[in-house]
Amino acid sequence: MLPQLLASGLSIGSIYALIALAMVLLYKTSEVPNFAQGDMGMVCAFAAYTFLATYKLPFGWALAGMLAVAMLLGVVFEFVFIRRAKKPTILNMIIMTLGFQLMLFGFAGWTWGADQRHFPFPISDIDAIHLGPVVVSQLNLVTIITALVLMGALFAFFRFTKLGVAMKATQQNAMAARINGIRTKRILAFTFGISSVIGAVAAMLVAPITTLDPTLMWDPLLKGFAAAVLGGMTSLPGAALGGYLLGIIENLFGAYVSLEFKSVVAFLLIIVVLWFRPSGLFARHYVRKV
Amino acid sequence: MDMKRDYYEDVQFLKDPVQRFWFVVLILALAALPLLVHNYTVYVVNFLAINVMVALGMNILVGYTGQVSLGHAGFVAIGAYGTVLLMTGLHLPFPLALLGAAFIAAGFGFLLGLPALRLEGPYLAIATLGFGLAVTQIIGRWSLFGGRMGLKVPKMSLGPWTLSGDKEIYYVIMTVTVVLGLGARTLMKSRVGRAFQAIRDSDIAAETLGINLAYYKTLSFAVSAFYAGMAGGLYAFVLGFINPDQFTFILSILFLAMVVVGGLGSTLGSVLGGIAVAYLSFRMEVIQELPLLGPVLEAISERFLTVSGLPNVGWIFMGLVLILVVVFEPLGLYGLWLRTKRYWKTWPF
Repeated sequence: MLPQLLASGLSIGSIYALIALAMVLLYKTSEVPNFAQGDMGMVCAFAAYTFLATYKLPFGWALAGMLAVAMLLGVVFEFVFIRRAKKPTILNMIIMTLGFQLMLFGFAGWTWGADQRHFPFPISDIDAIHLGPVVVSQLNLVTIITALVLMGALFAFFRFTKLGVAMKATQQNAMAARINGIRTKRILAFTFGISSVIGAVAAMLVAPITTLDPTLMWDPLLKGFAAAVLGGMTSLPGAALGGYLLGIIENLFGAYVSLEFKSVVAFLLIIVVLWFRPSGLFARHYVRKV
Repeated sequence: MDMKRDYYEDVQFLKDPVQRFWFVVLILALAALPLLVHNYTVYVVNFLAINVMVALGMNILVGYTGQVSLGHAGFVAIGAYGTVLLMTGLHLPFPLALLGAAFIAAGFGFLLGLPALRLEGPYLAIATLGFGLAVTQIIGRWSLFGGRMGLKVPKMSLGPWTLSGDKEIYYVIMTVTVVLGLGARTLMKSRVGRAFQAIRDSDIAAETLGINLAYYKTLSFAVSAFYAGMAGGLYAFVLGFINPDQFTFILSILFLAMVVVGGLGSTLGSVLGGIAVAYLSFRMEVIQELPLLGPVLEAISERFLTVSGLPNVGWIFMGLVLILVVVFEPLGLYGLWLRTKRYWKTWPF
């Protein structure tokens, strides 16, 4: 029973971890907690659905198309909206992302209607694989592996590519990065794009477990955000760990304590954790100096 | 033009006879309104007044004290359920039940304010958001609160009179709204209000001036929650029936939107923003009935998109308004009003 619960917790935790990563990536660079993250992913999932169901593209092409849409959406959001705000406060930033979230939500509702659709994912949710004592559905396995691969790619990106290093530099000190010839605004736009791509992959993995409708990503987004806060908004490994932790705790709580209040536990957990560690579990608490 | 020469001018309620005149006109107009228009309009006005109440409380927290809350729908829900349950369960008379529920909401506001002492930015946002979601989830699963099915709201009664119909409720709602509005304005001119603003501008500087951060931050949450609770209690009577789906995360976003659209840190702004955003969210369900724009939108949806999803255009519009306000007029409608006033003051020159 326990290993089984851990495995399924790990699977849902991978999705939370991906969303948390996307949010933290952006937060570190721009201090924007992106509430539009989920709905950006949702629109991308709908785009993939359109490629698959309407244009009958093979899955690989649809996936590539979706990733391109995601990248474009992130960059456009930064370029058209975020960049226009003059000296925004954190509250203003939150409002802008919420505004964009409402726009995307409305757009998706208008374009694809409110009916629930089935997302044609090529990997089955029912066929299972036996790994020792644990039975994992193929989809869950793919989810876990995708998350790990993406995290590895992200790590390599930040470690070995010029763009990744420039992003890290911008995160640490935007002013110093500018002095060294990094175009920080362009870097910011790229960061939006990359985090949007990660969010879109997460949405793609959520879509086959539930039905595809405009509220697809609300719950995963909030859980992913909670996971990011749990790990500390400024730590990428923390965000990933927070996601896995949240997925597992949620699953165990659902099995052993109360299935009904399963979706509340994440937020109660957050409030309790923030009470003791105001900057999350894995980030150093930052004390502002006057 | 707006220069204040001493302390008493700063705390004065209405500064000159012109303001006093308009204040009396406003009160009279509000009192006469139900006699002049028909029932449905009064229902809409009730709805708007309730949103104004929440916006007033929200502005105390967000605009004056500089904290973020994405969970105010939770306080409204507590107010609504609290009032109904105190009336049906404990058989309290309506005014006591309403006040009791508002104080319960304020208590929860105080509790939520405790972690807020150490949190800021996104951490506070997620903590309040989590609170709002937890409240509706718990209400939705607990049979005491009627679960998903919701609760029927009893008739409102004041002493020996039973009030029914939108026009009769209107007087109760409007009285409470005006009192709360004046209360917010007065509070912000008092020592407490100045402490809130000092915390917003710099909490460290405020602390060095001897302002007790723990006390005033939790107080701000509690007052704001009290307003939301009051609004929630009255909202129950406007709806006649409450269930958890009426207090969603989107509603919390709308409350935040009201303050931002109206103008942060201004009572007039909360009134304007509450009316504007609530009216917009109310009308956008029937957007195809708009003159000119409606048929065009309908034609577009038929050609390219879905007709059933047409009301969602309202969300696009609302989101766009939020972003445009932040980009072009960070002080919102109140800022617009200030600029217009200044422009016309010296007009030909």
